[in-house]
Formats: sequence, C-alpha cells, structure tokens
Amino acid sequence: MDKHELQEFIAKRVAKELEDGSIVNLGIGLPTKVANYIPDDVEVLFQSENGFVGLGPSQTEETYDPNIVNAGGQPVTIKPGGAFFDSSVSFGIIRGGHVDLTVLGALQVDEKGNIANYMIPGKLVPGMGGAMDLLNGAKKVIVAMQHTAKGNHKILKECNLPLTAQGAVDTIITEMGVIKVTAEGLLLTEINPEFTVEEVQEATEAKLYVDKDLKKMKA
Amino acid sequence: MDKVVGIKEAVKDIRDGDTLMIGGFMANGAPEKLIDALIEQGIKDITLISTDTGLVTTGSGKLISRKLVKKLYASHIGTNKETGRQMNEGETDVELVPQGTLAERIRAGGYGLGGFLTETGVGTLVEEGKQKITVDGVEYLLETPLTADYALIHAAKADRNGNLVYEGSTNNFSNVMASAAKVTIVEADEVVENGEINPNFVHTPGVFVNRVVDGGAVNG
Repeated sequence: MDKHELQEFIAKRVAKELEDGSIVNLGIGLPTKVANYIPDDVEVLFQSENGFVGLGPSQTEETYDPNIVNAGGQPVTIKPGGAFFDSSVSFGIIRGGHVDLTVLGALQVDEKGNIANYMIPGKLVPGMGGAMDLLNGAKKVIVAMQHTAKGNHKILKECNLPLTAQGAVDTIITEMGVIKVTAEGLLLTEINPEFTVEEVQEATEAKLYVDKDLKKMKA
Repeated sequence: MDKVVGIKEAVKDIRDGDTLMIGGFMANGAPEKLIDALIEQGIKDITLISTDTGLVTTGSGKLISRKLVKKLYASHIGTNKETGRQMNEGETDVELVPQGTLAERIRAGGYGLGGFLTETGVGTLVEEGKQKITVDGVEYLLETPLTADYALIHAAKADRNGNLVYEGSTNNFSNVMASAAKVTIVEADEVVENGEINPNFVHTPGVFVNRVVDGGAVNG
C-alpha cells in the first residue's frame, strides 16, 4: 500500500466506529477522510469547532457560500438540520461532553493513552487550536494514524514530545491493526492479515497485549 | 440610539499599546475594512487577542506582517508563517491558548467572572504557572479572564442600535469579543433601521456594541 492507500484503509476502518445518531468531530488530514466512508445505515452529525454542527461536503459552484468554512478554513456546506453558533458555545459542546467521538492524528501516543500532536519544540510550533479541548471533552477519542513515521516508533512506552492531553486516548487505529488503551496497557484487538503479531509488536515500542479473541482487521 | 459612524471616526481613538480583540477564524468573519483603516491610521505595539492570525495577507494577520503587534494571544498560528517567525526570533511575545479556553477567557472577561475551571491543558505545558483546583476529585486549571480596550468584529447585518446578525460560520469569536472590550466596533455588510431585525433572531444584542460602520458603504 502506498501512503494514499494506507490512509484510505485506515479511514475506512475508523468509519466503522461511527454510531448512528452520534455527534462526531474529525481532525484535519487523515481523520477528515473518514467522512467519505460512513456506512449507509448510519447517520452522524459532524461538528466543526469554529462554530456549527451539520458539516456537509465541500462547496461546489452551486453551493458556493463565502461565509462557511470548516475548522481547516476550507469552504464547506452545512446540511439541512444543522446549526451555527459562536466559539464559546462550540467549545461548551466539546468540553461539556456533548461530542460522542473525536478522531485525531498524532505524532506520538503512549501506553497510558497520553497523546502528543501539536508541537515539536524548536521545529514546529503551530499551536494546539482546539485539540486539547477535544481530547479532554469528547466522550471517546480515536487516534487514526500510520503506525510508524519513516520507520520510527510512534506508539511508545512514554511520549517524549509535549503532550496535548494525558490519558485521553481510547483506541488507536493504524494500517496494522486496532489497539485499545486499557488500564493494563495496550491491547491488540484486530490485526491486518498482511502482518503478523510479531511484526506489529516490532513496529510498536510499547508492549502489546494480544486479545484472546484477536480478529482480522477489515477496512 | 444611533451608533453608526464613519470608518475613520470609528477607529480614530485607538492608541499605540492598546489591547485589541479581533474576530475571525482563519479570516472567515474578520473585519477586514476596520483592520485596513487601523493600518492606514497608523498604530504600533498593540496586544492582539485573536484565535489565529489569519494568513499573511488576511484578517488580523495583516497587523502581524506589518510588525504592529507586541504581544499575541492565539490558539493557532500555523497558517501565518510570519507569526511563527516573529515568535521564534523573539520579536513578538506569543501566548498559545487552547481554543476553547481562549473563547471562555474572553467570555469570562465580558460576563463579569473572575475566571473559570477547565480540565483542558492539565498535564501539558499549558498548566505552567497556573493554579490547580480540585472539585469533587477532578483536577482543573484556573483560567483567568481576558478583556480589551477595543474589539473589532464583523457582522452580516447591524441595526442602528448595534444589534447584530451573522451569516454562516463568521460569528466564531465575535459574539464573545463584543462583550469583553471597553469599546466594540462592528463592520457590518449591511446597516438597517431599528426594527428591521427580528428581535427573536438577534445573535449579539446591541448592548455590547458601541460603534457600527457600514462596511457596504466603504469602498474596497
């Protein structure tokens, strides 16, 4: 799989986690692609933290409206039944636990569910935007990312970059498998049949526990 | 009460060193004409509170690229390379604030609150220097209010009393900023007579607004 295929594969698998009737916030990049694979029998309401729920597809010539952008600043649409509000309401929705699920990318995740995804000191300091609020406020947090970065581990015993939030991550979904963060450590619950458990462990710095009911990961 | 004024009149008493809140999310809903008028008038050493700094050529980013900002509070500066450069080279003092915390600090400033408690930032660099308070076994950070001398915001429509209506996602920080400044100046695309906005559908009540500029009547 090339990078594009990897990302689509991960996005498809994440989409299966979407529950009917839930309110979902997707981060920028790979997580945004999840919206392309929502199962037919599932209806979700996407939140855009700059101030609305009911986030729809990108604008076309027919739906052009200069007043609507998503949290990445891109021109988007709002679906019938959506609602606009200000930033304090938007983050009240987030902090107050009214967002059921957020899907975010990460630079590092560790076995305690800590996540680092907003800065590399001295190199990349764009700011955290809404990520800290989402990680603390959303009922469920899925990290969707490639398992390693240029061969380097991203799933660690302990993050060494500045944290975006501590103990916030519930599930990690990569091209190799699905990993749940539990009190005992990281539990591999699904594995992509292209890989062995040994290969997944080798690509993971933290110790992986293997679910006794380990399933095949299907996108 | 007629709050409608000309654009030069609206910004003329803003002074060097003042603290300004400027609305807009990546310049979506930014008061571009008010910012231009301020640049034309000449200003420096301002403290800027704005969730991001737009792009180099849009929104509050225009003040950054002209080096008019001494201190910045923002949640995200990744879309304006000049902001990052000024921060890294120590030219501008930048305090990065989580986006929800920034909105709520502004709301606290405008709504007479001494601060608020949030879990956002606990266990991260954001907690440095902040008081931690435990309520019912949960640890929170005490975040303090933000206020400003002036708020510069944009609305789709304003009446002469300053009641505002926004379109689409352009509201973002404008509603809370309007409450938190000594003087709130609105650039409205359209100004209408009192009574033409249905009071049931006012987004920001005019009580928070001091001056309204008819942006539709300002050329370019």
